[in-house]
Amino acid sequence: MKISLSLLMNQQRIKALASVVLVSAALMPWNATAIHQDALAQPLFVRSQQANSIERLLVQALQSIKQGQLQQALDVIQQLLVISPNFKLAHLIHGDLLTAKARTLHRFGDVGEAENAKILDLKAEAEIRIRNYFDRDRGATVPKLMVDLAPSQQHVLFVDTAKSRLYVFAKSPNDQLNYVADYYVTIGKNGIGKKDQGDKRTPIGVYFASKKLNRPLPDLYGDAAYPLNYPNEIDSFEHKSGFGIWIHGTPSDTYSRPPRDSDGCVVLSNPDMKALQAILQPGNTPVVIGVNFEWVNPQALKGLAPTKQALKAALEAWRQDWTAQNTEAYLSHYADAFFYADGRLTQWANYKRQIQATKPKVTVNLNDVSMFTYPGTHQPMVVVEFEQTYHTATLHSVMKKRQYWVQEQQQWKILYEGSA
Amino acid sequence: MVTAAHAGQVNVELKEINQLSEQGNQAAALERINAYLAANPKNAEAMFMRGVILVELGKRDEAIKGFTELSEKYPNLPEPYNNLAVLYADQGQYDKARKALESAIKTHPSYATAHENLGDIYARLASEAYDKALKLDTANVRAQNKLSMITELFGGAGKRSVTKPISNNTIPTPLPNTPPVVYPPVSNPTVTPSPVITPVPVPAAPVAEVKKPVAAVEASQAGQVTAVSEAVNAWARAWSSQNVANYLASYAKNFKTPAGEARQAWENTRRERITRPAKISVKLNKLDVKMKDDNTAIVHFSQEYKAPGLDATSNKTLDMVKEGSRWVIKQERIGLH
Repeated sequence: MKISLSLLMNQQRIKALASVVLVSAALMPWNATAIHQDALAQPLFVRSQQANSIERLLVQALQSIKQGQLQQALDVIQQLLVISPNFKLAHLIHGDLLTAKARTLHRFGDVGEAENAKILDLKAEAEIRIRNYFDRDRGATVPKLMVDLAPSQQHVLFVDTAKSRLYVFAKSPNDQLNYVADYYVTIGKNGIGKKDQGDKRTPIGVYFASKKLNRPLPDLYGDAAYPLNYPNEIDSFEHKSGFGIWIHGTPSDTYSRPPRDSDGCVVLSNPDMKALQAILQPGNTPVVIGVNFEWVNPQALKGLAPTKQALKAALEAWRQDWTAQNTEAYLSHYADAFFYADGRLTQWANYKRQIQATKPKVTVNLNDVSMFTYPGTHQPMVVVEFEQTYHTATLHSVMKKRQYWVQEQQQWKILYEGSA
Repeated sequence: MVTAAHAGQVNVELKEINQLSEQGNQAAALERINAYLAANPKNAEAMFMRGVILVELGKRDEAIKGFTELSEKYPNLPEPYNNLAVLYADQGQYDKARKALESAIKTHPSYATAHENLGDIYARLASEAYDKALKLDTANVRAQNKLSMITELFGGAGKRSVTKPISNNTIPTPLPNTPPVVYPPVSNPTVTPSPVITPVPVPAAPVAEVKKPVAAVEASQAGQVTAVSEAVNAWARAWSSQNVANYLASYAKNFKTPAGEARQAWENTRRERITRPAKISVKLNKLDVKMKDDNTAIVHFSQEYKAPGLDATSNKTLDMVKEGSRWVIKQERIGLH
């Protein structure tokens, strides 16, 4: 790790600077390359007024420290602590700034004892929060994931576990995704890739948040809690166990928790949770949880259009083959590894061949279709949801369906199908 | 108005009262000072002494009132502010204490005791902040500082520690016009092997230069050698860890650049050379410190420098000087001469 060079200004201020260098060296874990110098020279990169003002003040204070303006940093931190009196990280930085006035500061969280786990947690939180501001590529504002929201859906949430960050995107009139806000989140103590009950990991995948839990909850869950549908169909098929993965708030005695601290839940601070409530209110909010999303320019998303078209065409072909009761063509849309609630492809095929043998006249229509790329899979996989209207002479049914489509040798096939 | 003549004069009555107080006879001292003030209500020194006596009697609220009155009447005296700060701090009112000390420093920017106390206030505030950050129930044990109460108004600023009877603080805080201490602290309060001293009237006159206790000068010789070699080692460590800030801070303000180039140009070269290698290791062997006098020393050693693609061992000589309380490099030469 190298010290940022621009801080060396003159000898008179060397004491303050020594502290500054140490504070910023402790907080800035990356190499002081030109990019970061550049990033610091620019005004804070905040894309939306809705971005969390508490965190913005924190970053502003850290930025002042980096620029050697300790008094300004102190003022900002004190202002922040008035707004958020239980923000532990802010208290720690406040302590450091005061200590720097009394003596030379040797490291971040210089409480005068051996570095303890709590300080390391707070340091990790500081690093990940500030990195979010300084490492963002300008212009690269959307994750490179194929997402198509249904007419009934207004928002999608992306959780980048590597960045401890939850991003809110809204559908725009031209069917693109617009950034709304992003929030610091806490994830599982043991990181990601939940497999077993009690492994304290956050699952990676596409999940849907149900409506707010209305029963009284322990203080641990903060102001609100929204269960996710972990384990989803793919998780269950892969024998992943556990339950109760929620998006929830923070206990009342603290503004935030360390980056890795939950039992697998995605945890937001209570003010952020409050901001999210309106978005989560309708229920069935898609939540894509991944690691290190590739962020691209919105124009670059157009490169995903052919894939989207191909998948939409496959879905339509599936519907038509079903409507035409062309059983073999219909079955050709299913992957060899297909599974459903009652079995695998063989059972499914037998059942379909049986009920479609008489070729009854049916109508199938799909409405409110949504598509979400599944993150972290070897083979491209997309979760497709829709409302299916199924008509025969004797039956009229409307149901919400969920399918997992996979791309095999350039062909989109159904891996799973069931009610949503 | 307090005049210089006043400051030098010794008032016999006040001297006696002060003696009474120092002997521990506070009740009698208070009685006499009250009587004196009845006759001389505007005497700053008497008002001040009354405040100190009230503190000794544990009548802190009255003492606060007294010092406040005094600071209002004589806003240019730093001592009453200082003592107010100590009393406020004792009540946990750190912000008020800080403001009072800042007033003291505003009147006398080089007032060492106020600087010291202000440092302590910040340390206590920091300790509170850390407690909130870590939810520790240490109740400020970390910041075990001593705040110095001034007991004499003019001339010799006698000090008493208000929170602890014992003050081990024999090293005065650097005055603002001396180069401040940089990392790492080359000297610590144990450098002078003097016994723990009870409330010393350290001759730290508010404006005068801080004098070292005479006995400490010789005793500190050994400590000086340690301080010099520690400074040299810190320089090597900064270099090894590629910490340019600390490395450059190891050089004196009037450092003689090797080729006589401008300081900035030399710094730029050093910075570039120190940051460029992926890794640097600097080891010093056969370190030898020769004290020339109290403030200069010559250090010889053999330097083992290693960086990817370059191993070099060379003999080096550093001329060290003392800037404030720090030892820094005045000249750096290859060879042992």
